[in-house]
Amino acid sequence: MQAQATYNYKVVRQFAVMTVIWGIVGMLVGVIIAAQLVWPQLNVVEYLSYGRLRPLHTNAVIFAFGGCALFATSYFAVQRTSHAPLFAPGLAAFTFWGWQLIIVLAAVSLPLGITSGKEYAELEWPIDILITLVWVSYAIVFFGTIIKRTVSHIYVANWFFGGFILTVAVLHLVNSAAVPVTLFKSYSAYAGVQDAMVQWWYGHNAVGFFLTAGFLGMMYYFVPKQADRPIYSYRLSVVHFWALIFTYMWAGPHHLHYTALPDWTQSLGMVFSLILLAPSWGGMINGIMTLSGAWHKLRDDPILKFMITSLSFYGMSTFEGPMMSIKTVNALSHYTDWTVGHVHSGALGWVAMISIGCIYYLLPRLFGKAQMHSVKAIEVHFWVATIGIVLYIASMWIAGVMQGLMWRATNPDGTLTYSFVESVKATYPFWTIRLLGGVLFLAGMLIMAWNMFKTIAGGQAVNAPVLQPAAAH
Amino acid sequence: MDINDFRSLVTVLSLVLFVGIVWWAYSDRRKKTYDEAARLPLDDDSPLVPEAPVVTQINENQERK
Repeated sequence: MQAQATYNYKVVRQFAVMTVIWGIVGMLVGVIIAAQLVWPQLNVVEYLSYGRLRPLHTNAVIFAFGGCALFATSYFAVQRTSHAPLFAPGLAAFTFWGWQLIIVLAAVSLPLGITSGKEYAELEWPIDILITLVWVSYAIVFFGTIIKRTVSHIYVANWFFGGFILTVAVLHLVNSAAVPVTLFKSYSAYAGVQDAMVQWWYGHNAVGFFLTAGFLGMMYYFVPKQADRPIYSYRLSVVHFWALIFTYMWAGPHHLHYTALPDWTQSLGMVFSLILLAPSWGGMINGIMTLSGAWHKLRDDPILKFMITSLSFYGMSTFEGPMMSIKTVNALSHYTDWTVGHVHSGALGWVAMISIGCIYYLLPRLFGKAQMHSVKAIEVHFWVATIGIVLYIASMWIAGVMQGLMWRATNPDGTLTYSFVESVKATYPFWTIRLLGGVLFLAGMLIMAWNMFKTIAGGQAVNAPVLQPAAAH
Repeated sequence: MDINDFRSLVTVLSLVLFVGIVWWAYSDRRKKTYDEAARLPLDDDSPLVPEAPVVTQINENQERK
């Protein structure tokens, strides 16, 4: 009956290609602002100054690069595990063009200084409304496809993707509530410490659901595919999902330690952050152990290398995070470059590497090829990226701990040992090493772009036929 | 009822619910369903190159079962 039907690969193709393009743009802006820290004279005009480019960098890598990767992989996985083509293909096309428009609007408005000032939610209210429209469409397409499925079970990756889509919708609506004053200016609906708490409830769950749950969805589909083995423990994956859902929502206050936020709220945030170690590591072990008994595949499969290394970085940063949420550790780490290093061990090591691995898996399949144009180039990309991350994280660890120690150092008479600018001066060498790490990671993305265009040039866009579910189901 | 009693109740109920989910997920009667579910992404491979006949692929999958 469905023999003629094909999966909707067009929108997957569009998002997959734009993942690489926006990855390069976002990481290039990151390299520029890293260079501006080393050479402040690079702040030539206000539009390209550090303060305006920094939110552009975070928005571009999280929502443009990460967002496109999430759209591409979720649209692919939900069709294949549901054995049904995408619901409402017109709406799916709208999510692509709408999302690209949002990214372009962000790239224009942020350098112009149009911002609501909320971290990771800087975009002003008209863009927020457009985000809402696209996101609701995304939910309709995704859940519509699940409803259309021809198998009875909803595969665990779809639970993670679904949880990510629902939660991000709630987070965006609550945190972006604002009173518009003009077309380009609005004020938050909340005031004082409540505004700060709503912001970091949003901010940490952006990490927990946008940057974690969605990418865990990728892990649960693409790691078994690339390894050609079922997930290590399906039961653990079910517990993993619910544990994450029950705990992540409460970790936000750790961003506001030692502020005007009530002390009990800070302690609650800390305790839930510590609890989060359990589901995070449960998930990481589940992903890595999928290779149990087939470790040799890691030797000659660079895509699998990307995926398994991303899980190692996930394990590392989800150990580091709970540790940094402990108030006494936070007293040293907060506001230092240690936080920046921690974020990038998650963002480059986990989020970017799992996305890159998945896009390398997708591209040949979307363009009717047996494999990428150059497998050797994937291998080179892997090593360049890994060395880049290690340089980045290690330099930020040292810089952060050094800054924290310098800021808290006091003389016997109680005065501060160092002025702030002395800590800035001491950080220069590490900012230079960080810049080098960033350049390496960006170079890896350029290799990927070359490989992608070569693969596309030699292939043709294909849509795979919708398969009947296997007999056992 | 005080709002704080309600908050405590929700916390306790959430914990009970979560423990229930763990017990349910690890119960023996879920095993077969989960073993089949774990194969979902693997048992649907389209041929990499579109020219290859799809029918063969489905047959291979069935034989593997």
